[in-house]
Order: sequence, then C-alpha cells, then structure tokens
Amino acid sequence: MTSKACTHEKIVSNGAISELRRICAKILCHTQNLEYSDDDLFAIQLAIEEAIVNAVKHGNKQDPARDVIIEYDLTPEKVDIRVTDQGRGFDPDSLEDPRLGDNIYKTDGRGVLLIRSYMDSVEYNELGNSVRMTKFNSKPR
Amino acid sequence: MEEVKPRISVYYAQNASVVTLADEKILDDEDIKALEDSIMPLIDSAVNLVIDFSNVCFLSSAVLGLLIRISKRINENKGRLKLCCISPRIYDIFKITRLDEIFEIYPDVKKAMQTLK
Repeated sequence: MTSKACTHEKIVSNGAISELRRICAKILCHTQNLEYSDDDLFAIQLAIEEAIVNAVKHGNKQDPARDVIIEYDLTPEKVDIRVTDQGRGFDPDSLEDPRLGDNIYKTDGRGVLLIRSYMDSVEYNELGNSVRMTKFNSKPR
Repeated sequence: MEEVKPRISVYYAQNASVVTLADEKILDDEDIKALEDSIMPLIDSAVNLVIDFSNVCFLSSAVLGLLIRISKRINENKGRLKLCCISPRIYDIFKITRLDEIFEIYPDVKKAMQTLK
C-alpha cells in the first residue's frame, strides 16, 4: 500500500543478503522521498543492515531454507521497520556489552549496540527472533 | 574477462604503507574478505600502516571487526596502525563502539604520518 504520505509493505524474502539489501535500498528510497535528513537515512540504513545480517547469520544460521521477513511502515513522521527471522530467537539483554573490558577487542558483537544507538526505539519480541526499530523524522515540519 | 575492481590503492611513504580504501560502501562479506586479502599481505612486508577512509561514506560493524584483525596482526609484527580521513558520520560509529579509544584516528594522512616519525 502506498500513498504520498505513507508506505506499508511486508516482504517475505528467501533470506539471501543481497535480496535483503535490495529491500533495504527500496525502504531508503521511499524514506528519502519523505524528506528525512541525510543523518536519519544513514541511521536507518545502518540499523537495517545490522538487523538483516543478524537475522541471516545468527537467527537463521545462514540456512538458505529459512526466510527473513521485513515489514515496514513509513510516514513523514516516523519509520517503523520489523525484521523477523525463522530461528530459535535469543535474549538481547543477555548480550555482553562490546565496549567493556576485553570485549572491545572482539571482532564481532556490535550490531545490536549500533541498532539501539541509531534508532529511537528498538523492541525485540519475546522469542527474540523479531526486532522492531523506529526512527522519528528529525527534521522539523 | 571479468573486471576485477581494486579495493585499495597503496603508496609507500617514509616508513609506512598508506592504504586508501576505494569503495564508498563496505558491507558485503565478500567485499570485506577481498579487502582483508588485499591488506594483510602489506602488513607482512611493512610494519606501519595508515588507512585512509576518505572515499568511505558507509560501513557496517563487520568492517570494525576487520580493522581489529588488522590491528592485531600489526601489533604482532610490532608495527603501528593509524586511521585517517574518517567522515563525521563514520567517526560516530567508532565513538559509539568506543573504538575511537582503541584506534589512533587522525584528520588527514599528513598528521597520521607525522606520528610515525
């Protein structure tokens, strides 16, 4: 569903990262048309990138038989994106802080931190296989 | 014949290799692997490395992991790693992850090289 003021879509993808990035590019294109700032677009792109990589690598364990579902709702006021994998889920609160101690020297584990830092609201479902991210338009209207 | 896209450009100055990253966006595992394959041989032969980010406008957290691997290898060879020309948006990623406290980051190549004298 698309109107000048809002866009809503739910896409079930085969889980290939390249396909998911194409969906991300589409979301960014719509968001750009809604006159979000370049900083907002950067934040949204980074959060989606980290979320889809997490979904494919950690959620679906890179199983090509598992899907990744992206649902998004775009308005001039805010961008809502939900990324869902078909994995067993996890507890996001159990993740070690990648900034503390020796964790800072680890080569991975920063995706959730970046998602939470760049989006205004981040919620995981109870199972932990779905993340909803919200970014409010920072440009005054 | 498939065209091979160069991931980096390299020049040698004073006692360091200066590597300029060619891609605007660095996301894909393949891209990151190609970058790693391009940079690691340089570390084996030259001890100090300056990485120039002036072309980079977007990167994912996987690139940060690559930088940590590079840093570890350079440290093993008793060398030094400097990063430079990082845009404000990319620099924010380093600040949020506190990697600005781990990596030495400079505004330009000249200032990075001065610290290697």
